[in-house]
This record gives sequence, structure tokens and C-alpha cells, in this order.
Amino acid sequence: MDKVREKIKTKGLLFNIEHFFDRYKVIISVVFAVVALSVPFIGLSRATMRLLVMIGLYSMLGMGLNLLVGYTGQVSLGHAGFYAIGAYVCALLQVDAGVNFWLALLIGGIVSGFVGFLLGLPTLRLSGTYLSIVTLGFCEVVQMILKQWESVTYGNYGVRNIPKPELFGFTFNQQNGGFYIIILVLAVLTALGCHFIKNSKTGRAFIAIKEDELAATMMGIKTSRYKILAFVLSAFITGIAGGFYSVINNGYIEPTNFTFNISILIMSVVIVGGLGTIRGMVFGATILMLFPEVFRFLNEWRFVIYGVLLVLMMQFRPQGALGWQSTLPYRLSKETKKLLEKKKAAAEDASRTK
Amino acid sequence: MDFLKVSNITMQFGGLFAVEDVSFHVDRGEIVSLIGPNGAGKTTVFNMLTGVYQITSGTMEFEGHKLEGKTPQEIVGLGISRTFQNLRLFPKMRVIENVLVGTHIRTKYNFFDGLFRSKAFRKEEAEKTVRAIEILESIGLEKYINSYVESLPYGEQRKVEIARAIATDAKLLLLDEPAAGMNPSESEELLHFIRSLKDKGFTVLMIEHDMNVVMNISDRIYVLDHGKLIAHGLPGEIANDKRVIEAYLGGERKHAKNR
Ligand SMILES: Nc1ncnc2c1ncn2[C@@H]1O[C@H](COP(=O)(O)OP(=O)(O)OP(=O)(O)O)[C@@H](O)[C@H]1O
Ligand SMILES: [Mg+2]
Repeated sequence: MDKVREKIKTKGLLFNIEHFFDRYKVIISVVFAVVALSVPFIGLSRATMRLLVMIGLYSMLGMGLNLLVGYTGQVSLGHAGFYAIGAYVCALLQVDAGVNFWLALLIGGIVSGFVGFLLGLPTLRLSGTYLSIVTLGFCEVVQMILKQWESVTYGNYGVRNIPKPELFGFTFNQQNGGFYIIILVLAVLTALGCHFIKNSKTGRAFIAIKEDELAATMMGIKTSRYKILAFVLSAFITGIAGGFYSVINNGYIEPTNFTFNISILIMSVVIVGGLGTIRGMVFGATILMLFPEVFRFLNEWRFVIYGVLLVLMMQFRPQGALGWQSTLPYRLSKETKKLLEKKKAAAEDASRTK
Repeated sequence: MDFLKVSNITMQFGGLFAVEDVSFHVDRGEIVSLIGPNGAGKTTVFNMLTGVYQITSGTMEFEGHKLEGKTPQEIVGLGISRTFQNLRLFPKMRVIENVLVGTHIRTKYNFFDGLFRSKAFRKEEAEKTVRAIEILESIGLEKYINSYVESLPYGEQRKVEIARAIATDAKLLLLDEPAAGMNPSESEELLHFIRSLKDKGFTVLMIEHDMNVVMNISDRIYVLDHGKLIAHGLPGEIANDKRVIEAYLGGERKHAKNR
């Protein structure tokens, strides 16, 4: 015990926690997978299952927005718009064109990504407040289109009778844990994708742009291209999440499901959890989905508390609950280590023959 | 064909001529210094060379390529990279990540290679990481490889910036006051390092106020005052040039060490 205490003292608690997770990451992943996959079979209440699905969904939405705000530092208050586009495209393709859910989901994501591209272009030179205002405007425009373009979107009436997803004869729904499994897979894939993007030249370019755009430019990074790419990726992920939402909402969606409040909620997930981190998105989603459940008795006062919480957060922990910088050394891949050793051996040989 | 040839460049900001009709050249393998009192226009010359500013008039040629009208990214691609007078690093990234950003422009794998961890990604990422480590070792930063830049002392941060510039595979390095904020022993070390760059085939154009550094390593020196070139020559000649002494003594020498 003393030894452990000693170790924690010298390297810090955070290091030890991170080190533990890093060291046992294979076991931890396996345990996580087993637990996560057995959840539908342990007889949780419907409300709890629904809550877990919402946590998964908002983790994914958080990761999508995080790619933009947390990596390249572009603010967006318009993500409810992308969410709506993904949902409506996915729903309408199924209801009016008989397209299979999985294909409709993908198309919804792609259409949303394309709109992200269109929105990204004119906003390249904007940042901070101006970008917030324009993206907020985008959100309102999407609302208006959903309400007014009745011949396609069914207006305020909404899209009804959206079928449940099916795969090889199995129908996914809330009761059989099917929704839970779908969002689990989607969220894990999104997390992996974000992780891989972050630790590649693309992610480094994103973060460099956030840190110092001029310096990034002077390193030869085509900043405009990367900023648009971030918009597209973010919109794509959000669109996919929207498509999933369209089928879990008792078979119908309407414009009020995608108001500006949703943008704020997604942004809150990112800020509470920790800008730029993936773990933070899951944490933020959990907190924000639990909050209304736990404080249900407060009714409308919930939002006041909620606001106070956000302000306190910004004041005392602006990096978010889990927004720390890793204390572990930079991760070298197997290939990198091998190459390093080879170079070292070659250098030693050279000095010996001298 | 000259390595770098700058002819009659002018940079006008409203009514102010920050740089006026300046011509100079740098040969391959040289260390050339650009000196002059505060506000002389030295940094502006760097900004013109690297495409930060669109020059008002004149021509700039690097290995036969015109520089004027090119974007900063294209200019880095040609092999010119720079550091900044007031440090422009990526403070929340690690030292090695900063240097890896420097390798960005020479990294060929694409977005999908990174997303799907393709073979091309793994191979090239390993090469670039090893290269970044080698550069950091050569500049004496090996113990900071994993550190976050914002946690480093100022002098070490300056070195990270040089390492990042080298990582772009630049042939010509533009260093804007590399010794600023360093103590004498640090700047002595830096002097050795810059000299070693020359042996490795780099060419250096440097702005520097530390006369010890300038006189010790420059092959040639250009002196700028009020946007105009007032002298150029070997270190020995410049040290005794009347106009240079006048420019330095006449103008207020309010240069603070730690900027
Ligand atoms: N973007 C700009 N707009 C207007 N004026 C500028 C701009 N950039 C530089 N200047 C002016 O040009 C002149 C030269 O500035 P510059 O930064 O090139 O000087 P310097 O020789 O690098 O000086 P120091 O030794 O202080 O770094 C100054 O008078 C400065 O105010
Ligand atoms: Mg300057």
C-alpha cells in the first residue's frame, strides 16, 4: 500500500490512472465489450434502456461537433440543422421511396456532409461570434424549410410511419435492445474514426489550425481545405446520428425535434465533457442525459440550474470535466519503434567500424 | 542561377514604406544575416519572402522559381521555411507533434489512409516520427520530446520552432531572431547548432540582434535601416562601417532583450 502511495506521489494520480488504462487496455476493452453487449439481456427497465440509447446518441453527436469545435476550433450552433437533414433524408427515403434503412442512413449522412461542405465554404473567413451567428442562421433556415416545404417534408405534421430497421429478418426495436445495439456500434465506430483521424496528419493539421492558423499556414497546411473537411466530417457524423434518431422516435419526426435547443444541448455535451477529447463526449452525454431524469421534480427550473451549471463549469473548469492533457509519453507505433531500433543499430555499427 | 535572388522589393503600408527598393541574394550553403535597428523592416522582408504579404513591387526568385504571387503553402513546398520573432508554436501540442506538423507538407498518405490505418499510413507515419525524433535530438531537445510546448522554457521553445521549420525539408531557413530571450550559454549553443546546419547542407538567412552571434557565424551581412539597405559585406567590414554604426547609435537602441 505504501509503495502504491509512493508511486502516486512521484508521478501524480492522473499518470497512474492513465498508465493503468493504457497497460490493461486490451482487458478493459474486452470487459467493456462483454458488459456493453450483455446490457440488453439483463432485464433493465424500458426507461433505462431508452436512457442508454440517448446517451449513446448524444455521445455520437458530441463527437461529431467535437471534431469541429474541439479540433479546428470552429464554433457551430447549427448542428441541429445537420441532425435534421440526416433524420429527414433517412426517414423520407424510407417512407416515400422505400429505400432500405441502412442505405437511407448512409445517404442521410452523405447529404448532411454535403450541406456541411456548402456551409463550410462561405464561412471560411469567419470565426468566433460571426461563425456562431451564421451557423445559428443555418439552423433556423433548416427549420423554416422543414415547416414550409410541405410537399416534401410534410411540414408541421411531420414524417409518420417510419419503419423499424431490419437486418437478415431481425427487426430492431426498443424492447429487444436492437436500438441499443445499433447506437452502440455507431458510437464505437465514430469514436474509433475520430481517434484515428486525430492521430494522423489530418488531426494534427486540424489542431494546428485551432492553435495558430497563421503558423499552420506557414507549415504548408492548406487551412481552408482542412477547415472544410472538418465541417464535412462533423456534418456527416451528425447526419448519421439524425438518421438513427428518425427511427427510434416512435416512428415519426417533426420540425420541433430539431430546434436550436438541440444545438445548444450538443454544444453543452462537448463543453461539459471536455473539448477535444473523445472520453469527454461520453461523459458529457451521460451527465446531460441523466440530468433531466434525476431533476425531473424541478420541472422548468431544471433549465435554470442547467444554465448555472454551465456558467460554473466555464468559470472553474473551462477544459471540461475530463479535458486533461495526457501525461503518458507520446505513443510510438510498433513500426516506429522497429525503425528507431534499426537506425540506432546502424549508427552503432557505423561508429564501431570507424 | 542564384539560390535566392531578391531584386528591388518594396512593401508599402498606406503611406509607410516598410521596405523600399531592397535587393540582395543568398548563395547555397551560406549563412547570411540581416541586421538593423528596430522597425528597420527586417521581419517585413521575411513576411514578403514567405508570402504573408503580397509585395508592392519587385521580384523574388528562389532556385529559378518566382516567389511573388505564390501562396505561403506553395513557398514552403519550394523549400523555404521560417521561424517567428514572437514564437508561433502550437502550445497545447507536444514537442514531437509540433515537429510532426512540420513534416505535414512532405507526408503523402491521404485522409483515408489515416482513417483506416493503411499500410502506407503506418510506414510513412513511422518514418516521419523517427525523422522528427532525429531532428529533436540534433538540436538538443531529446528530453522534451513528450512534453507539451507550453511547459517549456522560452529558449527551448525557440529551438522547437527551428526544429519544426527543419522538418518541412526546407533548403532555406529564415530565422527571425533565434537567439532572442536566450542567455549567453544558450545562445553559444545555438550558434554551434546553426553552424552545424550549414554542414548539413542548409542555407540560412537570419535576423539577429545579438552581435556576438551575428559576427561569429555570418558569411555575409546586410544592414537595413528605415526600410532601405544601407550596407552589406563581410562581418569585419560591417563592424567598422560608419553608416552602420551611425544607424545603430543614431536611432534609439531601445531593443529589449526579452521580446
Ligand atoms: N502589417 C503592417 N501594417 C502596417 N505597418 C506595418 C506592418 N508590418 C510592419 N509594419 C511597419 O513596418 C515597419 C518595419 O517593421 P518590421 O517588423 O519589419 O521591423 P523589424 O526590422 O523586424 O524590427 P524589430 O527589430 O523591432 O523586429 C515598422 O514601422 C512597422 O510598424
Ligand atoms: Mg522584426
